[in-house]
Amino acid sequence: MIEGLPALYIFMLSAFTGYEVISRVPVILHTPLMSGSNFVHGIVLVGAMIVMGQAEGTLELTIGFIAVAMAAGNAVGGYVATVRMLDMFQTSKPKAESGQGAAS
Amino acid sequence: MSMGFVIDAVYLVTAAIFIIGLKQMSSPVTAHRGIVWAGVAMVVASVVTFGAPQISLDLGSINLQLMLVAIIAGSAVAYVSAKRVAMTDMPQMIAMYNGMGGGAAAAIAAVELVKLAGGMESHGLTVQILAVLGAVIGAVSFSGSVIAFAKLQGIMKKTLRLPLHQVINIGLFLGVVYYGYLVSTGHPVEFNHVVIFFVLALVLGVMVTTPIGGADMPVVISLFNALTGLAVAFEGFVLNNAAMIIAGTVVGSSGTLLTQLMAKAMNRPLSNVLFSSFGSDGGAAAEEDIEGSMKEIQANDAAIMMAYAQKVIIVPGYGMAVAQAQHKLKEMEDLLEARGVVVKYAIHPVAGRMPGHMNVLLAEAGVDYDRILDLDEINPEFPNADVALVIGANDVVNPVARSNPDSPIYGMPILDADKAHNVIVIKRGKGAGFSGIENHLFYADNTQMLYGDGQKAVGELISGIKQL
Repeated sequence: MIEGLPALYIFMLSAFTGYEVISRVPVILHTPLMSGSNFVHGIVLVGAMIVMGQAEGTLELTIGFIAVAMAAGNAVGGYVATVRMLDMFQTSKPKAESGQGAAS
Repeated sequence: MSMGFVIDAVYLVTAAIFIIGLKQMSSPVTAHRGIVWAGVAMVVASVVTFGAPQISLDLGSINLQLMLVAIIAGSAVAYVSAKRVAMTDMPQMIAMYNGMGGGAAAAIAAVELVKLAGGMESHGLTVQILAVLGAVIGAVSFSGSVIAFAKLQGIMKKTLRLPLHQVINIGLFLGVVYYGYLVSTGHPVEFNHVVIFFVLALVLGVMVTTPIGGADMPVVISLFNALTGLAVAFEGFVLNNAAMIIAGTVVGSSGTLLTQLMAKAMNRPLSNVLFSSFGSDGGAAAEEDIEGSMKEIQANDAAIMMAYAQKVIIVPGYGMAVAQAQHKLKEMEDLLEARGVVVKYAIHPVAGRMPGHMNVLLAEAGVDYDRILDLDEINPEFPNADVALVIGANDVVNPVARSNPDSPIYGMPILDADKAHNVIVIKRGKGAGFSGIENHLFYADNTQMLYGDGQKAVGELISGIKQL
């Protein structure tokens, strides 16, 4: 069990880590980074899975189903969006593919 | 070695990789590696979770069947939408995926609270309070993100401000606190209280977001991102899951920092973003003393001006994104470069709908990222630039931010486009910017207006340059 003071320690140290990790980010990476951290909290999926595993009865199963589906959406959507954005920074040479963004 | 130990160890490594991944995402060189590592860690963590004692691996179990369906359905919808969406619409998709995360955290709390209402033994007051806190934050983040999505997507156009809006919000907040108190201390928890609690929290998220204008939306999305992280961390405490605690808290704090950076770049304290809107304070006062008049220029003349310049600085704004003019800009840049003109891009920290939004779009069109400069780097270069081409940007080049203390945007750092020898502004019409403030730059002696849709106007510039 993680309880009491140790829990607070983890919380505090993680908070400082998050602050330090992104404190020197160039502006051009703000949006990809926001998207990346959006992906990281997709870890809520493991929690949703555990809750779903314990769900009993229709109501709990329904809410659990919603939890898992949304968490999976968060993780997968966050990942794909971030990769798509970062792909554009990969090369400094002009790229041939121009239709992708202008498609809609 | 027990399965529990293996799972805990994997979670620990996952959390560590997430932190390293975020660190790598802070540099353009390593960013791609960072997200891929984090992705692998996420997959491994999810897979080993199937081995958790709470999950039955019996394929006949309805829980497992539904879980697999949910994972596949959620992943498929998100994958397809994220692959298909145009880069210009990315901000609202981030809002959407973020809302899903918040909703998932709230739903986890909901299952726990429903179990408590059904007579399950409580894990103690602290755990119950944390579950409730995570539920409020997650629910607000969920419904708020949905509204943010609707606004940016154009589904919901106006900013809704009810009379006594703040009073209603305070009332809702107190209601959430009261029912949160009942739910977190109840022995046993009343099922009806749980329902009312969630309804109030969801409505609060909607009500907090509706009055906020589109210009402030990036800050709000970033804030909701941080909040979702926090909600995930709280539910991590409830479920005793170290990966959720660490990853959630790291996102919570880094997201808060990012939100502050963004609010600071707009010179709007976060409290202003959340509790007031542009235009309600002194917007009218700034309109009075405009000198000069707007002068129109033809595309051919503008093309000649740029083709014989030594240095051209392009200032793109959201209008460029809407017009999808980035590819044309790149084409024009190539033509100008071929004639020996130095071309640079000046990006304001809040240009577009998100910090870095313009950079992403320009990179998509193949513009070198060392040509794309931010405010501090480019401002000293304007005085020796022959032409500043402003396309779809407005408030971020408005000199009243420097000169007029009465203006609502006074003090916001701006791009000094007005200091270039000549300024060409590509604009669709004569209206004011997002904030509704008149732009004195448009009336300046060295400014000429090129009216028209961004993509079409740049197209005309290109054919103009080609004819020379």
